[in-house]
Amino acid sequence: MTWTPDQPIVSIHNVQKSFGALEVLKGISMDIMKGEVICIIGPSGSGKSTLIRCINALNDIQGGSITVEGQEVHDDNLDQLELRKKVGMVFQQYNLFPHKTALQNVMMAPLKVLKQNRADVEQRARALLKKVRLEGKENNYPGELSGGQQQRVAIARSLAMNPDVMLFDEVTAALDPETVKEVLVTIKDLAAEGMTCILVTHEMGFARELADHIYFTDKGVIVEHGPPATFFDNAQDPRTREFLSQVL
Amino acid sequence: MESFEAFFSWLYSDHGINLTIGYDSYDRGRFLDGVWTTIKLSVLSILFSLIIGAVGAWVQGSPLRILRVFIGFFIAFFRNTPPLVQLYFFYFAVGTVLRVTGENGLPQPLVSNFGWAVISLSLFAGALNVEIFRSGIEAVPKSTIEASEALGFNRLQTYAYIVLPLAVRVALPSLGTNLVNLVKTTTLAYAIAVPEILYASAQIWSDELNVREMMNVLLLSYIGLVAILVWVLHRWEKALRIPGYGV
Ligand SMILES: Nc1ncnc2c1ncn2[C@@H]1O[C@H](COP(=O)(O)OP(=O)(O)OP(=O)(O)O)[C@@H](O)[C@H]1O
Ligand SMILES: [Mg+2]
Repeated sequence: MTWTPDQPIVSIHNVQKSFGALEVLKGISMDIMKGEVICIIGPSGSGKSTLIRCINALNDIQGGSITVEGQEVHDDNLDQLELRKKVGMVFQQYNLFPHKTALQNVMMAPLKVLKQNRADVEQRARALLKKVRLEGKENNYPGELSGGQQQRVAIARSLAMNPDVMLFDEVTAALDPETVKEVLVTIKDLAAEGMTCILVTHEMGFARELADHIYFTDKGVIVEHGPPATFFDNAQDPRTREFLSQVL
Repeated sequence: MESFEAFFSWLYSDHGINLTIGYDSYDRGRFLDGVWTTIKLSVLSILFSLIIGAVGAWVQGSPLRILRVFIGFFIAFFRNTPPLVQLYFFYFAVGTVLRVTGENGLPQPLVSNFGWAVISLSLFAGALNVEIFRSGIEAVPKSTIEASEALGFNRLQTYAYIVLPLAVRVALPSLGTNLVNLVKTTTLAYAIAVPEILYASAQIWSDELNVREMMNVLLLSYIGLVAILVWVLHRWEKALRIPGYGV
């Protein structure tokens, strides 16, 4: 079966995930179309990070299925590299390589993993850093950059692999309020270019403005989901309402 | 050169300080060969012990239990036995088995005594280096490794490009101590007649009966050699320093 863009680019079906005896995901399903921006919100510990980490196989699953462009992710014969080329991920703590400059961080995976030509990679890496508004910071080490700058390097680093889907796990949660905006602007640019984005976020205003669809998770299940207007103004489930009353 | 030799002859004739390596070219040759042998022994053992440490630490993180157990035994063996006994074990036990028939039809050792010294010392220091690298690896955040996996790096690439370079920085102080110890331990090669400095000096003092003088020369030579190593390690540490990174 070959995937065509009219089918979901990421399809999550009845996914179950446990850590030992702890059931973290209890049957999660969602379909994401190419170019969509979806936001996953929910209380701490509800399994949001676990869910998006399952999408690029950083976590395994115990039941259900996840496909990316029609390819089953949790399949023993999966070509892990093919998956990682399609799915980029940005973390809350940036996780840059501290011993490499911003430019080297961005260049490393295309050079070492994809074995692409250095001159081309460098040219693209510089363009990506420019795109995330970090021109002039190419030769700085992560330790010399602010949190917001590091996070934008992390986004550029992920984009250097030319992914079709980007996963963002609370990427602004560790930032100062002033620097949150610069990272959100970067994500907004990406979304505007048609990148498929799956975001876990606590930035409700951002979710409302940018998302095509919002999912609210609690205790390992999707309690409620819908387009932002309906979701924020007309939540049905009492758990959603309680959560929204706390964060809005 | 002439005034140099004249100085040492004078030192002997007028003050009774008999440094034959100063005025006797034969003794000087033996001694300098010894210095050179110690340097070769040290450099080769350092290089191989670093490789053993890096590879061993990688294997120790392998998902295969059998490999981890093997490395565990390897470390226990080399840590819990005296290095002199290890050297004898290789030279007298393994060395007498590993023989080839030479051109004259007689059995020839496959590995020279210098070779066994390098092997034995590399394994001895390498076993410690495995543990030293291991502790450095443990200091690398799990999240950094995940980021590299998410970018498509496989296990070996992650180790080579991210984990090891960061681990080395953390491990450098203990690594330095171990390598300095390794240089000092090269004297054990004396026991299997590798003509390193101690061996050369002992030959000189038994011929010339100048133990006191040669002892001083020997100690000063080691101080010099270790100083060079410490300087190199310091340069390495400086080269690895990352701006804005707190290690
Ligand atoms: N590697 C792990 N081993 C064991 N338990 C884990 C592991 N990772 C997560 N958990 C548990 O799974 C549950 C869900 O964690 P997860 O990180 O997905 O929550 P989250 O919704 O992202 O929360 P937060 O908003 O705080 O980031 C938590 O109870 C957590 O303790
Ligand atoms: Mg989380």
